[in-house]
Amino acid sequence: MSFNNLDQLYRQVIMDHYKNPRNKGAIEDGSVTVDMNNPTCGDRIHLTMKVEDGVVTDAKFDGEGCSISMASASMMTQAIKGKDIEHAMKLSHVFSEMMLGNDYPDNLDLDDIEALQGVAKFPARIKCATLSWKAMEKGLQSEK
Amino acid sequence: MNAKELKKYFPILDQEVNGHPLVYLDSAATSQKPVQVIEALNDYYRHSNSNVHRGVHTLGNRATDLYEGARDKVRKFINAASTKEIIFLRGTTTALNLVAQSYGRANVKESDEIVITTMEHHSNIIPWQQLAKATGATLKYIPLQEDGTISLEDVRNTVTPNTKIVSVMMVSNVLGTINPIEEITKIAHENGAVMVVDGAQAAPHLAIDVQKLNCDFFAFSGHKMCGPTGIGALYGKQDLLEEMEPVEFGGEMIDFVGLYESTWKDLPWKFEGGTPIIAGAVGLGAAIDFLSEIGLDNIEQHEHKLASYAMDTLSDIPGIVIFGPQRGKERASVVTFNLDDVHPHDVATVLDAEGIAVRAGHHCAQPLMKWCQVSATARASFYLYNTEEDIDRLAASLLKTKEYFSDVF
Repeated sequence: MSFNNLDQLYRQVIMDHYKNPRNKGAIEDGSVTVDMNNPTCGDRIHLTMKVEDGVVTDAKFDGEGCSISMASASMMTQAIKGKDIEHAMKLSHVFSEMMLGNDYPDNLDLDDIEALQGVAKFPARIKCATLSWKAMEKGLQSEK
Repeated sequence: MNAKELKKYFPILDQEVNGHPLVYLDSAATSQKPVQVIEALNDYYRHSNSNVHRGVHTLGNRATDLYEGARDKVRKFINAASTKEIIFLRGTTTALNLVAQSYGRANVKESDEIVITTMEHHSNIIPWQQLAKATGATLKYIPLQEDGTISLEDVRNTVTPNTKIVSVMMVSNVLGTINPIEEITKIAHENGAVMVVDGAQAAPHLAIDVQKLNCDFFAFSGHKMCGPTGIGALYGKQDLLEEMEPVEFGGEMIDFVGLYESTWKDLPWKFEGGTPIIAGAVGLGAAIDFLSEIGLDNIEQHEHKLASYAMDTLSDIPGIVIFGPQRGKERASVVTFNLDDVHPHDVATVLDAEGIAVRAGHHCAQPLMKWCQVSATARASFYLYNTEEDIDRLAASLLKTKEYFSDVF
């Protein structure tokens, strides 16, 4: 079964993150906790991050949502772990440009995140993909 | 009535979406508009646009006649006794807020109760939450039966002589439940409470007779019944409306204005502050003409058949969970469901790729979603222009959705 245009959205790597989410759960002594939801659709995320000397040493998420929102959260936590706050913010900026369908700097290692490019072509789903990133930005903003 | 023939009056339905002929199954969110309504709006702005109730000039009179003529159409449509009982407002939300802010603030005290149900839309929850907070009154919920209906015994157990307001939706936008408003009204009145009806999902689909229901207030929106957005109406019994104070003050609603004191116009205009929604009312009037010509009984019958067909067809899909009254039970033409573990957003995206428009999310009923023990659902809702073929398309695409997600997972 194949829907050509849908395959751009539901890439194998996205489905893999949805089925086997990385960093699922909560950090007990997480220094940063953010709860965010998408009031229009009921998606919600509980994000905990441990920040030491300006570096995100651990990140975990919990929540409910569609494949795109949960896969995006999984990829996001994977991408920021071990990175400093500035780097995480840069990633977030690149991600938001990607969602807008704009060109973005290619000097950062995006790894799995690039699979989410197709979301830009499904305007109704962009909010799903950006939920966890907004939560991360909000959490790290207070750590800066 | 012939839905296929009626479909021709709706130009928007004659298009392809993502390479497939559009199947619009989101009428519970908003209905599509027939050419009769689109032309009435066009005609009003081309030939009659003017402000109402003031000018001596010809256009002013024409606009006033159209606006007040639409009021009489609404009166007939719900069988109210007088046009004084019909207030034009933005929609159901504004209408329910008006009742809470005006009637509620004047009549509800700390020791009183307000009673609603667990299945309500946010617009029939939050105005009462706010009223309860402001007055110290208690907000009580009539619980739901397992099948998503309410029992009159539960109504009797929840409504007490301390209850001042009972507010219930006539038709659920999620479960498809049709509530026994006439009987609930009796119980409310026996306890000395007023009965408020959220008619947003009822007025488009069922013949409404407010005198037979004997409810005290009835709120509905034009855009769900083939009319434009931004227009709706509140029906209220005249003796109650006479006693109520306006909540919006300004032009249009005044009788005499002094430096420190003013007086209000008579009903219904005292509740219509500012330049009214003239074009909207004209469009709603055209929608009522359109629906009345087809006949609400015929629409009801058509949708009853569609609902049964949808329940029979969709219930057979393996892995589907349908909320509300099950196959064979009385229900309105809205089917809310989840499919296996596929998230409703993902279901809606795949259906959209097939040209089928459904709603996904919490449907403005978060407490009800909690009762259903889900965070979101998908919903297909039908109207007079939908056919059994539309439901076949939905069923076929749901099977494809299942297959697609079992492949990619």
